[in-house]
Amino acid sequence: MTDAALTNGARGQAAETGAQYRRPDLSKARLKKRYRAERRFKMFGALAIGIAAAVLIILLGRIVTEALPAFIQNYIELQVELPREDIDPDGTNDPAVLARARYGTLINNALYERFPNVEGRRDRRALRALVSNEASETLRDAVLADPAIIGTTHTIWVKSSADVDVYRKGLMSDFSRRDTNGIASIIEVDGTTRVLSTSNDFAEILDSIKQELGGLAEGLQRTVTRLDRGVDAARDQLANASKALADAQASGAAEDVVGRLQNTVAQAEAGLASLQERRSQTKAQIDDYEARSARVGGAEALTEQLPSYLIEMNGGLLKILDISNTEATVEPLIAPRSDADAPAGTWDIFVIETPESQRRLPDREAAWVWSLEQADQIESRFNVSFFTDGNSREPEQAGIWGAVVGSFLTLVITLLLSFPIGVLAAVYLEEFAPKNRWTDLIEVNINNLAAVPSIVFGLLGLAVFLNFFELPRSAPMVGGMVLALMTLPTIIIASRAALKAVPPSIREAALGMGASKLQVTTHHVLPLAMPGILTGTIIGMAQALGETAPLLMIGMVAFVVDIPGGFTDPASVLPVQIFMWADLPERAFVAKTSAAILVLLGFLIMMNALAVLLRKRFERRW
Amino acid sequence: MSLAETEAAPPDQAGQAVSAVKAPKMTARDANVHYGDAHALKHVDLDIGTNEVTSLIGPSGCGKSTFLRCLNRMNDVIDGCRVAGDIRLDEEDIYHPSLDVVQLRARVGMVFQKPNPFPKSIYENVVYGPRIHGMTNSKADMDEIVESSLRRAGLWDEAKDRLEQPGTGLSGGQQQRLCIARAIAVNPEVILMDEPCSALDPIATSRIEELIDELRQNFTIVIVTHSMQQAARVSQRTAFFHLGLLVEVGPTEEIFTNPKDKRTQDYITGRFG
Repeated sequence: MTDAALTNGARGQAAETGAQYRRPDLSKARLKKRYRAERRFKMFGALAIGIAAAVLIILLGRIVTEALPAFIQNYIELQVELPREDIDPDGTNDPAVLARARYGTLINNALYERFPNVEGRRDRRALRALVSNEASETLRDAVLADPAIIGTTHTIWVKSSADVDVYRKGLMSDFSRRDTNGIASIIEVDGTTRVLSTSNDFAEILDSIKQELGGLAEGLQRTVTRLDRGVDAARDQLANASKALADAQASGAAEDVVGRLQNTVAQAEAGLASLQERRSQTKAQIDDYEARSARVGGAEALTEQLPSYLIEMNGGLLKILDISNTEATVEPLIAPRSDADAPAGTWDIFVIETPESQRRLPDREAAWVWSLEQADQIESRFNVSFFTDGNSREPEQAGIWGAVVGSFLTLVITLLLSFPIGVLAAVYLEEFAPKNRWTDLIEVNINNLAAVPSIVFGLLGLAVFLNFFELPRSAPMVGGMVLALMTLPTIIIASRAALKAVPPSIREAALGMGASKLQVTTHHVLPLAMPGILTGTIIGMAQALGETAPLLMIGMVAFVVDIPGGFTDPASVLPVQIFMWADLPERAFVAKTSAAILVLLGFLIMMNALAVLLRKRFERRW
Repeated sequence: MSLAETEAAPPDQAGQAVSAVKAPKMTARDANVHYGDAHALKHVDLDIGTNEVTSLIGPSGCGKSTFLRCLNRMNDVIDGCRVAGDIRLDEEDIYHPSLDVVQLRARVGMVFQKPNPFPKSIYENVVYGPRIHGMTNSKADMDEIVESSLRRAGLWDEAKDRLEQPGTGLSGGQQQRLCIARAIAVNPEVILMDEPCSALDPIATSRIEELIDELRQNFTIVIVTHSMQQAARVSQRTAFFHLGLLVEVGPTEEIFTNPKDKRTQDYITGRFG
């Protein structure tokens, strides 16, 4: 009654005053504007996702392409003579005796045998460096596994050195082969070997060399510009110094001051002179390059600054030293089997694009590799040892297993400490603790701890665990303890959220049945919260797995070759291993770094997938 | 009986009704509940008759659920809730420090407004109480308890083939009957029901009401309800609460046909609430 009267009254009043009722604005223009705003919002969202996806794809793509070479390793076939008198002169077949033999020498002998023309200490040392120094261990293992091979010539595949490996993977230089049109013949003139071609094969090479020289000149031009700036600066410096000296002399300064200033002037003069000297040298070099680049015909010397051109003919490899339109002076790196003329198509020119001065594997070694390739005595295989070996200074021997085991041991400690402590703390705070100022304070502090930079936990570990409790350095135990501290807030927060998400009706139901508080928690609340707790724990563990900074502080950045066997052995972990490899200059370690990152990412994805799986599997609806 | 009641329950100076029945199962004298600063239940005196259904009615926020939760100390778990007064079960003070609340709740069971079966199998739901109270450990006994409880709750025929399926998979009405079965599995002396039908459709509601009527033979039942028809249908005694006060209590037909208090009359005739 009263309601109706009131409404009627209001209506009557509105009608009396002539005031309009406010109605929704349903005009087309407003609608359009709303739709536009919605489309714009959607577009921004899609754009954001697109950018994120693109960045992720680029990042992953780059890591994968960088990492792929690390999964391949080149192996060299050697025919190793195993004379009984060198290995086991008394014929005991005792493993201790067999293990002591000098297999390195046998490997070296096999290499000398394979390349009998290599003489001289330096060349032989280079030859020995073709294979990894792990080769002797490979041979020893083969002998120990089957002592019957002693006294025979054994065929064994050993790892190539990292340089050969990188070279073969095409990471050191690009390669190309040039077909030929003429008939090649080898002649000896004045003690030098020359190759003649009946066609214009060499003229083409000469052309590209001239182009290359032009490029070199351009590159040097930039050096000159830089030197010019240096010269200017040196001049200013000299002028200032001279002026200071003149002022000092005019004002009659003390003798030692004048002497010092004279010294400065002399130094500035010397600096200027040396810069000018370097500038004019470079300038001369440029002029030389430009002249040679511009000259038509003539002969050209192939220096270390130019790509290497190697003639493959009659089973030999001849490095071009000098080249003219019709002939090339060569140095036989691998001797041809015959001096016979080679018809067109049976010989070609192998080009290593990166100049010899800029790569770690010089032409001579490249020729050995070439020879092995021709004989099918080198091949690339899947690099199993990357997954089974510990760290090493030699890239071809370095593996991640040590780091994986270290990470595993560390995470075991982390889990054992942080899971029970975290869950118990969360259960107490959520289910049992009275809500008062103290629990509020604890809650705030736990949330703050989650935001503390991880390196601070590392410092804490260093100060407390290492310095005060004097626990072992670099050990998974201490690493695990530090990471447990770091993970605790994550687990507590996630667990509390999971416990909060359990509907109060379940607690009431159990309480109403006469369950004690502990029974309510253990029978109902914890099982229901477990998926959430486990998810939080796994995410915390994944965080711990990827953590580097705190472990640096407690010495887990040490170079550890052995696979850790226990919680107190020195160990490294995957992210620290990546950090250390990323620091190393060798090209082979670049690939290893990316490969280790891939492995780490694999583990992280696996852990997250497990979290999703657990959640899906144990999630209960009510 | 009704005469004795009226004599024993003269309105006090605050307009509060006082109730007394012969051989009451539970008694409340001067029960007060504070939520923080709010005085939610004021000086309530109420007796709960043995093997009777007592219904508590009143508008929202009048304190009837609060009173109900005092009877098995479910208010204990609410932060900032203080209960004062003398509440007894069979002459025993249930707020006495020496009384174990777990044992109290084994004797005073509860069914909630929203069906809240555990997310476990139907079987596990029913045997949960007997198990935690150590009533039995043998499988045969448990099977027996499950069957008898479900039968008494009128759920046996529907549930006997799906005992291992989750209780949460049942319909709303079935879930509520499962909750009742779960409550009676421990053979409590009193069953408290807090608006047990408010989340159910009329058919499920009528089944629960029939069930309550049957259960009255063996149990003392206190039910909070918003439906006055329901109170009229199932209960023998009705208590009307308003603004934390117990306004009037008496035999159900008397309350509905001849209320003494103006507020009761206004409420049952739909003036407010």
